[in-house]
Amino acid sequence: MEVFFQTLVAGVLKGGLYALIGLGMTLIMGVMGIINLAHGQFMMVAMYITYTLFHFFGLDPYTTLIISMPSLFLLGLVIQKFLLNPLMKVESILPENQVLMTVGIAMVLTEVARFIFTSNYLSVRTSYSSSAFYVGGISFSVPLSIAFILACLLTLGLFLFLIKTDLGRSIRAVSQDSGAAELMGIDSAKIKVITMGIGAGLVASAGTLLLPIYYLFPDIGGPFTTKAFIITILGGLGSTVGAIFGGLILGLAESFGATYIGMDFEDLVGLIIFLLVLLFLPGGIRRLTKV
Amino acid sequence: MKRPFGQLFLLFLLLILPLVIREAYYQHLMILVLMWVAIGSGWNLISGFTGQVLFGAAAFFGFGAYTAALLSSKLGLSAWWGLPLGGILSVAIAFPFGWICFRLRGPYFALATLALNEIFRHVATIWESLTDGMIGILVMQTFVSKAPYYYVALAIAVVSIVVIDRVMQSRWGYYFVSIREDQDAAESMGINTLYYKMLSLCISAFLIGITGALYTNYMGFIDPKVVFSLHDISIMAILVGIVGGVGTIYGPLVGAFIMVAVQEIFRSGGFGLLNFIGRSTGWPFMSSITKFVGDAHVLSFGILVIIVILFLPNGVVGDWPVIRKMFVRSKDQAV
Repeated sequence: MEVFFQTLVAGVLKGGLYALIGLGMTLIMGVMGIINLAHGQFMMVAMYITYTLFHFFGLDPYTTLIISMPSLFLLGLVIQKFLLNPLMKVESILPENQVLMTVGIAMVLTEVARFIFTSNYLSVRTSYSSSAFYVGGISFSVPLSIAFILACLLTLGLFLFLIKTDLGRSIRAVSQDSGAAELMGIDSAKIKVITMGIGAGLVASAGTLLLPIYYLFPDIGGPFTTKAFIITILGGLGSTVGAIFGGLILGLAESFGATYIGMDFEDLVGLIIFLLVLLFLPGGIRRLTKV
Repeated sequence: MKRPFGQLFLLFLLLILPLVIREAYYQHLMILVLMWVAIGSGWNLISGFTGQVLFGAAAFFGFGAYTAALLSSKLGLSAWWGLPLGGILSVAIAFPFGWICFRLRGPYFALATLALNEIFRHVATIWESLTDGMIGILVMQTFVSKAPYYYVALAIAVVSIVVIDRVMQSRWGYYFVSIREDQDAAESMGINTLYYKMLSLCISAFLIGITGALYTNYMGFIDPKVVFSLHDISIMAILVGIVGGVGTIYGPLVGAFIMVAVQEIFRSGGFGLLNFIGRSTGWPFMSSITKFVGDAHVLSFGILVIIVILFLPNGVVGDWPVIRKMFVRSKDQAV
């Protein structure tokens, strides 16, 4: 029974971070209508920023959030403005050009990271990296708990932003009906640029929070892009509430899969859930909650 | 009827090529180009003509490759039986997959194919009792010379282009294009879109599957990382399609040639040119440039994707009038 609870705790803590990854993806999905296949690579870039700041300036990994998030926000802005927005005017046979473009961006980011940092595995080891505290016989990893709390705060902040502010309302309006939003005087091209920035910033925070407990190499982006779209499909496309539940479910499923089936199956579990959701619940959790 | 003189001439050139060029290295490159013609044609049928973007060509490619390899390693048959069987089994995979996933549209279908690719790669890695996992499978090559492989690859490439040409001139072709242009309109015209999308996917899977089986026979070694590779197979298939020209019959031919050339120029440092300059001039930094260029071939792919999508969205064949106009106009200005 203790193993069960331990697995549950580990799954929920990991799920919090996954929710952060999924939120960025689902925002981009809702507003742009495309799947951003460079999502995991954004995260990788943020992790390298954190690593550099930790390694050369001795900054605490969590304080680097204030640098990694804005930098990725800017990267997202630039990519959307100069690479993705121009595509909307280009006539082509395949409507998926923008998705293919994000694949190209992902490859460029990965290879540039490989040039600068080589393919070696890197990690950030802090004094609290492997420490844990115990509640009722169940261990909570300190860095994972800090990450979970910060992830919750960021998610809360995002929701306040989306619900309360003018800009947040504009983003939601474009995501519901971009044509109607434009008629109401919203510059949807600008909103798309900002949303890409926010999505990149959110996944950057996930990368930075994950780094103290994870390792880092240039190809780490790919698996996380896969995770991000599994979460988005699970939660329902474009649904922010769904992304949180999707993240939690994926975190739990991976953690139970690793404990009860075998470590090898950790990644496979997510993909099988993905196919099962497509089969039996094609709208994702959104179909059940209607949010 | 248009007489296909140009095509026959090209075929003739390709037929005598191994007799003229005898270096194994260039024959190897030509075999790669021909394999990519077949894979690119398969990709182009389902994605370019039918509009359902396939992100997981490696799923079918790897399945064909493993079919051939397992026939030889587990059943002791010749791996050449994998050619027909790999194609048929790829279709057997494509069938249920399409049945499930064609209810998804646009990018979601693309992602489902990506997931299929990843699932196969994980299964091939984990199921060690069958596939030997990461160790891979070794198959004895039948021929020492490359020429026989060249002709088999040529046959597959020609068959795939002819098949797609025939299909696209038939009634099916019009159905496929109508699904790409507007699926709802096609449905309301009475076209069974699910059926025709499945048909398109199955033909694609067959072509890609037999090419995978040929790869096993030719290379003699496969492992999950190589044949189920996202970058080297799935993305490369997309690149061959979009660089050559989405939705054109000869696009994959041009695309395969350009992509293999780009890959090889980077991998070999401009066919050894950089090495030669380095040796003859003795500049110490030339060797690091050579290494840099050698490492840059994936980067070059990424940049190529971005440039092609931005400036040549319909590929070299599809945007040929645009390219020609560009050069003609600049000539006029020069005069």
